[in-house]
Amino acid sequence: MIAQALTRRRERRVLPGFGLSLGISLTFVSLVLLLPLTSLVGQLSQLSWSQYWFLITDPRLLASYTVTLLAAAVAALSNAVFGLLMAWVLVRYEFPGKRLVDALMDLPFALPTAVAGITLATLYSSNGWIGRLLEPLGISVSYTWVGIALAMAFTSIPFVVRTVQPVLEDLPAEVDEAAMTLGASDGLAFRRVILPYLWPALVTGTGLAFVRSLGEFGAVIFIAGGKPYETEITSLMIFVKLQEYDYAGASAVASIVLATSLALLLAINLWQGRFIKRLHGGRG
Amino acid sequence: MSIRISQIDKTYGKTRALEPIDLDIHDGELIGLLGPSGSGKTTLLRIVAGLEQADGGSIHFGERDVTHVHVRDRRIGFVFQHYALFRHMSVFDNVAFGLTAMPRSQRPSTGEIRTRVMQLLEMVRLQDFAERFPAQLSGGQQQRVSLARALALKPDVLLLDEPFGALDAKVRQELRRWLRHLHEELNFTSLFVTHDQEEALELSDRVVVMSNGRVEQIATPDTLYRQPANRFVFEFLGDVNRLEGDIENQVLTCGNARVAVPGVENGRRELLLRPHEVRLDEQPSARAHLPVSVTAVVPVGAEVRIELEADWLGEPWLATISHADFERLAITRGKRLFAQPSRLHRFDTPRPQTLAPLSVS
Repeated sequence: MIAQALTRRRERRVLPGFGLSLGISLTFVSLVLLLPLTSLVGQLSQLSWSQYWFLITDPRLLASYTVTLLAAAVAALSNAVFGLLMAWVLVRYEFPGKRLVDALMDLPFALPTAVAGITLATLYSSNGWIGRLLEPLGISVSYTWVGIALAMAFTSIPFVVRTVQPVLEDLPAEVDEAAMTLGASDGLAFRRVILPYLWPALVTGTGLAFVRSLGEFGAVIFIAGGKPYETEITSLMIFVKLQEYDYAGASAVASIVLATSLALLLAINLWQGRFIKRLHGGRG
Repeated sequence: MSIRISQIDKTYGKTRALEPIDLDIHDGELIGLLGPSGSGKTTLLRIVAGLEQADGGSIHFGERDVTHVHVRDRRIGFVFQHYALFRHMSVFDNVAFGLTAMPRSQRPSTGEIRTRVMQLLEMVRLQDFAERFPAQLSGGQQQRVSLARALALKPDVLLLDEPFGALDAKVRQELRRWLRHLHEELNFTSLFVTHDQEEALELSDRVVVMSNGRVEQIATPDTLYRQPANRFVFEFLGDVNRLEGDIENQVLTCGNARVAVPGVENGRRELLLRPHEVRLDEQPSARAHLPVSVTAVVPVGAEVRIELEADWLGEPWLATISHADFERLAITRGKRLFAQPSRLHRFDTPRPQTLAPLSVS
């Protein structure tokens, strides 16, 4: 009876290896993700709720939240625009050196973020190549929130390009041709036909870029300057607390960044699932 | 609206896609562009639509010169092979797209758009599917939406690029009949591309046969089938049997096969005939001695298709005979019979010739 029940149960799943592959995946996720997170929670458990609340509402920290969120938002939005443009250029046009530009798109992923940070800081400082040109115009980038946003945008642009690009490649040219035969202007065709098609990918890419920017550290600290209440980002605050051996405090701040990122990622996933279901024939 | 295409040509890099082409389409005509892939038929259609620019020549819709008019201002309806519906929009919004895309000053009111779209959906018998998304429809339904969408702006000209190519045989048949009706009812001028000769012959008022960027023949389906202008047209429009041999004293000999070919000069010649121009008999006749053996029998449809082989034949012949003949001769696989050509066509002369009737009564 039991043997029979077992075999019947087995028959239901056609694809083999479910138990093994899920087991290995979960073990791996536990080791690299969940275990470190557990120690974070462990650190947090030394704090009482009031201590926790006190720590995370420190005015200096609150200012860093604002700077981080604003800079990340600016970075993500400008990446949405330029990333979309970049993906469009890479998919729709043929030009010499296209493969090279395509490969360059991944550079921010490959480059150590500290290298990027130092490079940007040098370029945009008041005597750097670009900073020198901007200074007479009254624009200073280094050691301001603009610099922070710039560094964040630099490290996270591949997220937008690489999520939009494959979707754009899948969009048949016939679809915009159809819009044109129906009298639509280029702008209208883009707004009503192409953009809605790319929308899920664009939102996902922008969301990922935003989340990545929230936690960015290496690239930002060199250009940010770290002036309290003005150009301090949240990840820098964690670093500062760690250097002071304030592990509980660092964990408290980290938990805020973590919770925000997780909530955002989950929201993107849920929203995208609903949108895509409609395109593939689910009830919208 | 009539269409006048004159001296349109197109070259991609080094490949000549279209030789200079002239074509006049009358108001309300349904024209099929027929040809194998790479014959330039789709290029020509896209040039008429304005989706592609010709290297030279001109296109007129009626009196209007549209050669340099942008596709969005040409007032055409275009139906794509793979429908090209807007997947994120409901069926209703797809059909309404052209109307809502008009500049505000010319745009009909929401109510008028609604009436017009529902009218179109009723015409394509999809009024109950207005709120569905394209992915929820079958291929045939999607193509009907695409047609309704193309007709929403009352275009001067309707262009269809292999409209039924992606559909299965039965749906294709149904849609063809339905397009024919629609065309008779609304009487728009239309041009469609197909590689299916049956589709072209069934739908078109006139067919333009193309190959290698050239027009081979423009004619009504009937003329095209009965008086093909050249060998390409003859071969493209149906199955062909080949008979090659030496002719002496008006008799063609090939191995142990002989057939009388009155009026053909001596030498090595190739003659062609259609499957329905082959009769089968148990005895040779005075004019034809063509021994064959049956290799396959397909008794489907109005006729029986018989595949024939013989050592004097390079490639097998196909014969279509009536069910009555099939029963009279008691044909089975392996049976030995004699073929009787009722007509033979030759294309090696400046004008195609038909030798008919050849059969003895």
